[in-house]
Amino acid sequence: MTADTTPAPKAEAAVRCTGLTYSFGATRAVDGLDLTVEQGEVFGLLGPNGAGKTTAIRAITTLLPVPAGMVSVFGLDCARKKMQVRRLLGYVPQQLSADSGLTGRENVELFARVFDVPRAERRARVDEALAAVDLSEAAGRLAGTYSGGMVRRLELAQALVSAPRLLILDEPTIGLDPLARAGVWDCIAQVRAATGMSVLVTTHYMDEADEHCARVALMHRGRIRAMGAPGDLRAELAAQLDADPARVSLEDVFRHHAGAGLTGADRPDEGGDFRDVRRSRAAARR
Amino acid sequence: MSAAPVPQPAAEHAPPTAPAGGTALLAGPRPVELRLLLTPPPPRHAWRLVLARMGAMCMVELQKLRHDRTELYTRAVQPALWLLIFGETFTRIRAIPTGGIPYLDFLAPGIIAQSAMFIAIFYGIMIIWERDSGVLTKLLVTPTPRAALVTGKAFAAGVKSVIQALVVVVLAALLGVALTWNPLRLLGVAAVVVLGSAFFSCLSMSIAGIVLTRDRLMGIGQAITMPLFFGSNALYPVSVMPGWLQAISKANPLSYEVDALRGLLLGIPAHLGADFAVLVVAAALGVTAASLLLGRLAK
Ligand SMILES: Nc1ncnc2c1ncn2[C@@H]1O[C@H](COP(=O)(O)OP(=O)(O)OP(=O)(O)O)[C@@H](O)[C@H]1O
Ligand SMILES: [Mg+2]
Repeated sequence: MTADTTPAPKAEAAVRCTGLTYSFGATRAVDGLDLTVEQGEVFGLLGPNGAGKTTAIRAITTLLPVPAGMVSVFGLDCARKKMQVRRLLGYVPQQLSADSGLTGRENVELFARVFDVPRAERRARVDEALAAVDLSEAAGRLAGTYSGGMVRRLELAQALVSAPRLLILDEPTIGLDPLARAGVWDCIAQVRAATGMSVLVTTHYMDEADEHCARVALMHRGRIRAMGAPGDLRAELAAQLDADPARVSLEDVFRHHAGAGLTGADRPDEGGDFRDVRRSRAAARR
Repeated sequence: MSAAPVPQPAAEHAPPTAPAGGTALLAGPRPVELRLLLTPPPPRHAWRLVLARMGAMCMVELQKLRHDRTELYTRAVQPALWLLIFGETFTRIRAIPTGGIPYLDFLAPGIIAQSAMFIAIFYGIMIIWERDSGVLTKLLVTPTPRAALVTGKAFAAGVKSVIQALVVVVLAALLGVALTWNPLRLLGVAAVVVLGSAFFSCLSMSIAGIVLTRDRLMGIGQAITMPLFFGSNALYPVSVMPGWLQAISKANPLSYEVDALRGLLLGIPAHLGADFAVLVVAAALGVTAASLLLGRLAK
């Protein structure tokens, strides 16, 4: 792993975690995480339920303190320069989090307001964000009437309205049907192509990670088990197993590293806690 | 299942140029045009930021009320019953010394304060709901200091309470209570209700930050609202209370809110200066406590 202490590179990384450790009581959710997301790349954080992905993201988004290790976003320390870091971030949490009592437009407007978009520009900016996620027509409806895929795209619009340099998406396609998943990824790809922003994303869908991420990290029990371009990871495992590279999928790599533990027998105390499962269900229901 | 207007597979329209990034195998079907979303907005600072957040939170509250007014109506039922049944009956009995005014008049400001308090106490439950649904989490990742967020919520509670108070004022007027229509005094009434609700919403958000779950908070909310109400001068003057209750009433911000409302709405003698001072200090303490405890909800 990245144990070496290389001198600071020229371009500041979008995210740099070194030795990030976080515990909930006795549960060590993140255990010495080393991670770098380069500027402009789509980076996938993968791992089984309870691996610590959300916890790592919450440290990066300044929601959690950083008791051990160091987390920075574009060179800004996430524990100290919280306000400056937040101005660079667009964040879509794991739950479907649009306000169902407001219309789509009002949901985006709220985020334009709390990111200090000047009044003169607000309407045009909100329109642009809604158009970017293809919700212009539904913008006047209450978000409570949206389908899961629409809510996710609305949340993207909320995150994009402040022109973030780093977009952080925690399982953006959880509980969505295949078409809605493709719709969400389309939006991400298009906006990224237009803005060149960096994207940090978690997902349980290996096919999505393989298709959309420049690099991925496989996380298990709070640590990174493998990191690299999906193609490289596949080729590596193929070489190791002496198999045909074309027939090794990212899912095989995932199984290989997260391993036998996935059956559950091996890890009685882990796996997303009850709240996580309930949340994913709630997400799936909408 | 998705009723979403799934992007039409109008691949013909997509320009065949490769996207700028290295990764996308998938050329989007719908080229998006971004102008404004390329530059981040200029930051606001200090008090302008706090004012902007207060504006944003109040706006959300008003927008929600515009979409769904049922809460406004259902919450008018209880005050109506208090005024109609309790007020009318005790006016006849003349058991409570009110300093010469009809009991219904004496009661009306108390009921206004009570209905505003009930709305404000609900904010703790709301913030836990927002935490569970991710709305709060997302707001905490915006350039909004905790104190600004709490202040915004507190004033949103105030705005909602003022609208509710308006309903009760109209109800009372319909029942024949001789209220003032002096606009300056009514402005004072609005200020008192906002301050009182700011305090009670912060009290409730602080408790939310301590107990952390909705079920526990519901129990506590039930357990404190009635004592706050009965342990105040809303229903009867302080002079008829036993000594221990007088002490509680003196420490209860609701009493000061009611006193100020009586003074402003009915024109009877009140300690307006002291009332405002107590309410301002209480609201400031509430905002401080709730801001300090809000972080616990984020973990
Ligand atoms: N608020 C919390 N209190 C206590 N333990 C927690 C809390 N949040 C997470 N954990 C625990 O920390 C560990 C990591 O959880 P985390 O949510 O980061 O995993 P994850 O990789 O995001 O999982 P999933 O894929 O299910 O979302 C789990 O064992 C979980 O039970
Ligand atoms: Mg998670």
